[in-house]
Amino acid sequence: MKNARRIFSFLLLGAAALPLRAANLAIVGETVHTMAGAALKNGVVLIRDGKIEAVGPAGSVRIPDDYRVLKAAVVTPGLIDAHATVGLSGVLNQAQDQDMWEKSSPMQPELRAIDAYNAKDPLVAWVRSFGVTTVNTGHAPTALISGQTMIVKTQGRTADQDVINPAAMTSVTLGRNGLTVAEGAPGTGGPSATKPPGTRAKAIAMLRADFIKAREYAQKREAKDESKRPGRDLHLEVLLRALDGSQPLLVTVNRQQDIISALRFAQEFKLKLVLDGCADAPMVLDAIKASGFPVVVHPTMQRSYEDMENLSIETAGRLHAAGIPIALQSSYEAYVPKTRVVLFEAAIAAANGLGFEPALASVTVDAARLLGIGDRTGSLERGKDADVALYDGDPFEYTAHCVGTVINGEVFADGPH
Amino acid sequence: MRFHPVRHATLAAGFALAAFSQEKPLAISGAQIIPISGEPIPRGVLVVQHGRILAVGPADAVKIPADADVIDASGKILMPGLVDSHSHIGAGTGGDGSAPIQPDARVLDSLDVRDSSIQKARAGGITSVNVMPGSGHLISGQTLYLKLREARTIDDLLIKLPDGTNAGGLKMANGTNSIRAAPFPGTRAKSAALVREQYIKAQEYRDKIRRANGDAEKMPPRDLALEELVEVLDGKRIVQNHTHRHDDILTVLRLSREFGFKVVLHHVSEGWKVADEIAAARVACSVIMIDSPGGKLETRDADWRTPAILEKAGVLVGFHTDDPICDSRRFLRSAGLAVRAGMTRKGALEAMTIANAKILGLETRVGSLESGKDADFILLSADPLSVYAHVEQTWVEGRKVFDLSNPQDHLYAAGGAGAGDSRRAHLCCFTSAWDLIAAANEGNQ
Repeated sequence: MKNARRIFSFLLLGAAALPLRAANLAIVGETVHTMAGAALKNGVVLIRDGKIEAVGPAGSVRIPDDYRVLKAAVVTPGLIDAHATVGLSGVLNQAQDQDMWEKSSPMQPELRAIDAYNAKDPLVAWVRSFGVTTVNTGHAPTALISGQTMIVKTQGRTADQDVINPAAMTSVTLGRNGLTVAEGAPGTGGPSATKPPGTRAKAIAMLRADFIKAREYAQKREAKDESKRPGRDLHLEVLLRALDGSQPLLVTVNRQQDIISALRFAQEFKLKLVLDGCADAPMVLDAIKASGFPVVVHPTMQRSYEDMENLSIETAGRLHAAGIPIALQSSYEAYVPKTRVVLFEAAIAAANGLGFEPALASVTVDAARLLGIGDRTGSLERGKDADVALYDGDPFEYTAHCVGTVINGEVFADGPH
Repeated sequence: MRFHPVRHATLAAGFALAAFSQEKPLAISGAQIIPISGEPIPRGVLVVQHGRILAVGPADAVKIPADADVIDASGKILMPGLVDSHSHIGAGTGGDGSAPIQPDARVLDSLDVRDSSIQKARAGGITSVNVMPGSGHLISGQTLYLKLREARTIDDLLIKLPDGTNAGGLKMANGTNSIRAAPFPGTRAKSAALVREQYIKAQEYRDKIRRANGDAEKMPPRDLALEELVEVLDGKRIVQNHTHRHDDILTVLRLSREFGFKVVLHHVSEGWKVADEIAAARVACSVIMIDSPGGKLETRDADWRTPAILEKAGVLVGFHTDDPICDSRRFLRSAGLAVRAGMTRKGALEAMTIANAKILGLETRVGSLESGKDADFILLSADPLSVYAHVEQTWVEGRKVFDLSNPQDHLYAAGGAGAGDSRRAHLCCFTSAWDLIAAANEGNQ
């Protein structure tokens, strides 16, 4: 017993003696897409204590002797997936690993992705193996209000260690997917307390009623007489963050009439939206442009049926050409592939109207800006997080490989994939 | 003039026939040709006529007939039309929920040839396809091998075998998809037992027919389901078997050995675990390339290295879309991803063409560019394994069925409003009630 305790304290001391930072790195790329200015030929990215220390041409950046050197043909910022369900929608697709859809009620903004995110799910490592270092993940576009997304690094430790923003956006789903939810399905907590909407008009009516309630709640919370103030309401508190503009609503919407409904709803409550999906965007391009809202475009290779029937692999290119800020996403798949890989979605967009640079931007710097994390990710610049992806060729080519992924200076060799 | 659908249809058909019999040769010249049957030809010529390939070879070695129409395809890549060994285009169906074994159900009796999925397959460069019923049954029905010609009805797409029957296989499945509530099996062992029982019945049925030796009185009553299984036992119909887990794969091999039927393994997510056993059984595999593993328990260990590992073990490997699981328009991507995971370029290109032709038993007609074979080919803007390659044209039996420069075809290729609508057939009188109404209005003016 005594011995065991001694060994235990030795291990503790040993652990404390380990360096608490990842190794310092020099990443040398034949082409370095910094996404902050033109690509560098023979570029170097120096990484110290998990942050980018310097970026520049090989001639101008001296690599200290004790830095570990990684080489690759092409170096990019770590990729950012602007809307995913990875970590909640697990690889096995069995009831015990499917946390992306709570069916007990149609509107539950109080659900937080961080309370469900499984950093160890194999699909987190899977997307990381293609260079994805950050995801905006959460509940699937299913219920009318499905929950709050979190922005998290794919480092695979724990939700709390890897999180960047624990409550990034509140997910709203309009159109067919946001309508009637199967009630009382196994493992869903029994029949709904509240009936889900059966029609588009009912869905908007329910949303409006909920937001009006939130406004009234805010007013009551300001009551001079403290005894008259209502108690905390987790549900309405989240809506208040949308109302005061501190947290955008991520509105998944594909049919053109639903896009217009979303804009009308936003106008009524002066909400800041991030539009998501938008298969019919080319039909209402002017309205989207006028709203000033950015669009997380549906996965380029998403299946075209039901609300997504009109989707096109050229939509990302058309939105970009119209000057609408875009990012790409893996979205949600109920079956296979259980997760898409945003790199591949960007690749198809690149080859079909968007072009290489804007496509790469849509999964790096533009995605970071859209998610409000542009100050620390999305480009290779001094002071930013050391999130880097290494490839042995054009990252978008089918036959190229991701040969390394670096997150906060930690090197992952999940591949080559 | 009043609109007479019947007269218009007759005219159209007559015109098409006349055009065919007087058809001049067509030469496609200047493209880099990947014939599959041999090394790539940097600057080649393909000559076709009457739906067949007359000649293929280097530009300086192939004489273009004096009366030929010539298409300059300089800068393009020309390769055989792609063969998809497992697809669900055309919204077809097989057996219903009444029983787990329904070999009598024919996908033939269910296909919509104007469904947009068929033109999308043409947009993906697919010219031959095995259209299957689903995997929710042990035996879900008879599959159909199609050529994606211009079509007004299903008859325009059929591939006729020398005996006049329609080319096709038999769809079987094992693993979890066909394990369902009664009357379906509840376990893997029960699944295999039900299949064995049915094939034993088919053997006995065949024996009765043989013993009858043409005597009508001694013949057993016709049994549509057993008739099909007898075709399988006689090697006339290939079993196309959905299977994922390595033990399920071995079960298929065991059953195939017991009854001596010819089988192709489809999906084979865990094929990499039993590559040597598959090779020893001399059974071909049609592999699907999915963007991530999982989605169900039995595909947890799916691995992109499977085609490479099977290839190395000496297995004949093809790819399939399983459309709508993978989009027919992205079919070439399967080859690209397989090469990414270690397959040879040669093997991957064969897997899209000649290997799939062999998997369907159609290798004498399709899958490579050789004189005498069907004039099925595609023109690409770049290397077939590149994400930047676009299928620009698709030709079936010497006729262009897809042209990216045509706005309507571009819509099917890229998507957009209307891309999900049924396709309007060319050289035809009407395709919908709206056309009839429009025509009637014209007539009244």
